[in-house]
Amino acid sequence: MSDLKKQIIVQLNLKDLKPEDIGDDQPLFVEGLGLDSIDALELIVLLQQEYKIKLSNADDGPKVFQSVRTMAQYIKAHQAQKE
Amino acid sequence: MSASVLVAGVGVMSSIGNNVAESLDALESGKAGMGDMHYLDSLLNGKLPVAEVKFSNQQLATISGLSSSVSRTAQLSMIAAREALNDASIKNFDQLRTGFISANTVAGMDKTENFFSEFLSDPSKGKLRDVVHHECGSASELVADELAIRNYVTTISTACSSSANSIFFGARLIKHNMLDVVIAGGTDALTKFTLNGFNTLMILDQNFCKPFDEHRQGLNLGEGAGYVVLVSERVAASLEKNPYCRLSGYCNANDAYHQTASSPNGTGSFMAMKGALDKSELSVNDISYINLHGTGTQNNDISEGTAIKDLFGPSYPKMSSTKSFTGHTLGASGGIEAVFSVLAIKHGIIYPNLRLTDPMKELPFVPETKFLKNQNIEHVLSNSFGFGGNCSSLIFSKI
Amino acid sequence: MDKKVYIRSIASISPQKTFGDMMSTDELLEYAGDKFTCVEPDYSKIFDPKLIRRMSRIIKMGAATAIECLHKSGVKMPDAILTGTAYGCLEDTSVFLTKLIENREDMLTPTAFIQSTHNTVGAQIALILKCHNYNNTFVHRGFSFESALLDAMLLLNENENTNVLAGAVDEITNNSHRILSRFGLYKHHASNRDLLLSNSKGTMAGEGASFFSLTNQSSPENIAQLVAMATFYKPLDIEETEKNIVYFLEDMSTDMNDIDLVILGKNGDQKGDKVYDHLSHSIFKNRETIGYKHLCGEYPTATAFAVWLASTILQNKMVPGFVGVEKNGSPIKKILIYNHYERIHHSLFLLSA
Repeated sequence: MSDLKKQIIVQLNLKDLKPEDIGDDQPLFVEGLGLDSIDALELIVLLQQEYKIKLSNADDGPKVFQSVRTMAQYIKAHQAQKE
Repeated sequence: MSASVLVAGVGVMSSIGNNVAESLDALESGKAGMGDMHYLDSLLNGKLPVAEVKFSNQQLATISGLSSSVSRTAQLSMIAAREALNDASIKNFDQLRTGFISANTVAGMDKTENFFSEFLSDPSKGKLRDVVHHECGSASELVADELAIRNYVTTISTACSSSANSIFFGARLIKHNMLDVVIAGGTDALTKFTLNGFNTLMILDQNFCKPFDEHRQGLNLGEGAGYVVLVSERVAASLEKNPYCRLSGYCNANDAYHQTASSPNGTGSFMAMKGALDKSELSVNDISYINLHGTGTQNNDISEGTAIKDLFGPSYPKMSSTKSFTGHTLGASGGIEAVFSVLAIKHGIIYPNLRLTDPMKELPFVPETKFLKNQNIEHVLSNSFGFGGNCSSLIFSKI
Repeated sequence: MDKKVYIRSIASISPQKTFGDMMSTDELLEYAGDKFTCVEPDYSKIFDPKLIRRMSRIIKMGAATAIECLHKSGVKMPDAILTGTAYGCLEDTSVFLTKLIENREDMLTPTAFIQSTHNTVGAQIALILKCHNYNNTFVHRGFSFESALLDAMLLLNENENTNVLAGAVDEITNNSHRILSRFGLYKHHASNRDLLLSNSKGTMAGEGASFFSLTNQSSPENIAQLVAMATFYKPLDIEETEKNIVYFLEDMSTDMNDIDLVILGKNGDQKGDKVYDHLSHSIFKNRETIGYKHLCGEYPTATAFAVWLASTILQNKMVPGFVGVEKNGSPIKKILIYNHYERIHHSLFLLSA
């Protein structure tokens, strides 16, 4: 999950944050990290670029991007599917 | 000060027609302009429908009289602005104080795209004539020079509300007695830049768009240009034919909510519509028809719809989104839809909102789905809302 | 237009030290080569970190200048926000275009595209202030600032008790500079110290952001009056330009002899400076004249910096040291600015104390 946090920081240009500043279960949106709809779109591209996972329906975003842990689980599930 | 500003001429070009007459035919027969790409050279062809003007750049240049090396944006602008000016047939045009207030969001981007791919491989490469007209203002000057307009030329760029803003800025210059005649509106050509940009936002429908439908999936991008010729009362009185209507109200307000998304309640949209009504000293019951911004995105339609519900409820005028015909033409949309609004008054017609089968559950009204004739259209409200929370409404009134 | 338009406050980020705490206008900051670069503040002290991460340089420059200007005016919520920018957000445009080409229209992210929209600066200012009022952006080359200012002047005449925030911003990016250089606009080895006297081909590229808080309310806090502004597009020759300047002053019932200082847009380019040199020997013959583009360089919205300079002179009742002229004698009460951009866009501004 630490790699994923680093990738999130780079993708979203969260310059002031270090990976350890983001809690595994901390909400990414609104009250948590304060991300918004544009960030969700950035994260969709991140999944595509780094993990070759295509999230075609933007409506799935809120579920997947709840926290770093839910994102990691989603990635794992998809990688398992491929293998 | 001229108390009233009148519309003396109109010109329009879009995927549904190359002039006013063709556009009216398409609107009446319900013929939308979307389809596969024939002129835009994008890898997204086949994946996303677009609403193209049905001419190559070379064909456009032949009609416009401009060099084929200038951007498609300028070509479209030239053709529609000239139609508007000819329509107004102002005899002593060269003796009047004239202005051209245009709007666009992409300017010479179609040419810049060509330049940039070569430039990226080697900064000394790329044809300079492809970037010389990159700036938004450049397209306006090419057209103003052709039309011999010298007193005032400017360009507005506020995303999707650009040309609504240029129309009412033009009207204010007439009201302040700084100009007698203003050709105002906007233009935009399809480019890979905008198509891919909107694609990253995941708001492009892979099928033909369905504004104000419960199952709407986003917008289709289009291209075109639309201009109105605004004149002072004094000039209007000197014309041989009667003006179409008055521009009686206008307002711009900012949603100040998010860079791209509209607020759930449509704060900016509400304020723009309310402000335009106040300016025209009309009440909601006076409006005969609303030409909706109606892009077909989840966000716009619920936001705009909620603002209309809050402002107009419980009784609603007829309304429709003509973007179901033309696609979203961005910087041109306010101008194109202003022309459609003017024509609605002149011919007593209301345009259908195409492909609306399942009305939005959250809203207590349903846009018009049929072409209606013989209507008495007194006042038309035209909405244009854009990125950066920029919301504008115009009201055109029968004379 | 009957109502008077006053400048309540000003702010500028320019290649000189003109902003905030670092303000120091005595000494000229020197630039050698073919371009100037803005002296920028620490933006993390101005903006919320959540906001700043998406802002490119032009957005930071523009929004910081606007916010500082508004802060100095004491106005909490302006009745309008008007922005002029000839080129818009070039860096974001270039980023998105580059990725579009490199990634072959695939795996693109939205941020640069969104921020490349021409009205991003004006929109960000509205978002920061939560300002729902009129917001417009003009993008017309050498008239971008003038159009925004005209809109402001119209609003101040249409409404009572009104405050408007108006300004302009343009940036130099690596790519834009490379491209504009290929058009032969710039000298290769110039220095701003003698730029205005160089009399050879080309100038130096400039950039900057300047904003003004304008009001129609008279107050001792106002720093100057913007008496009038006019633009003229593609005049046929120098004679027409000269006539336009004379008419402009006649229109304002102002005698040339009452002008204490003329600020000219000279930029060191032989061709473009001809008109300024001609006027200095004709209608401006006995007038005190200064240039300003050795401070900020040449760019389509440089006139916003000229108006900032004129306001500063009227406010402080002296010409700041970095201009590099000794101005003694009678106090400066009336300033005329004449500028042209590429001999296409000509503008005039009349300011008084």
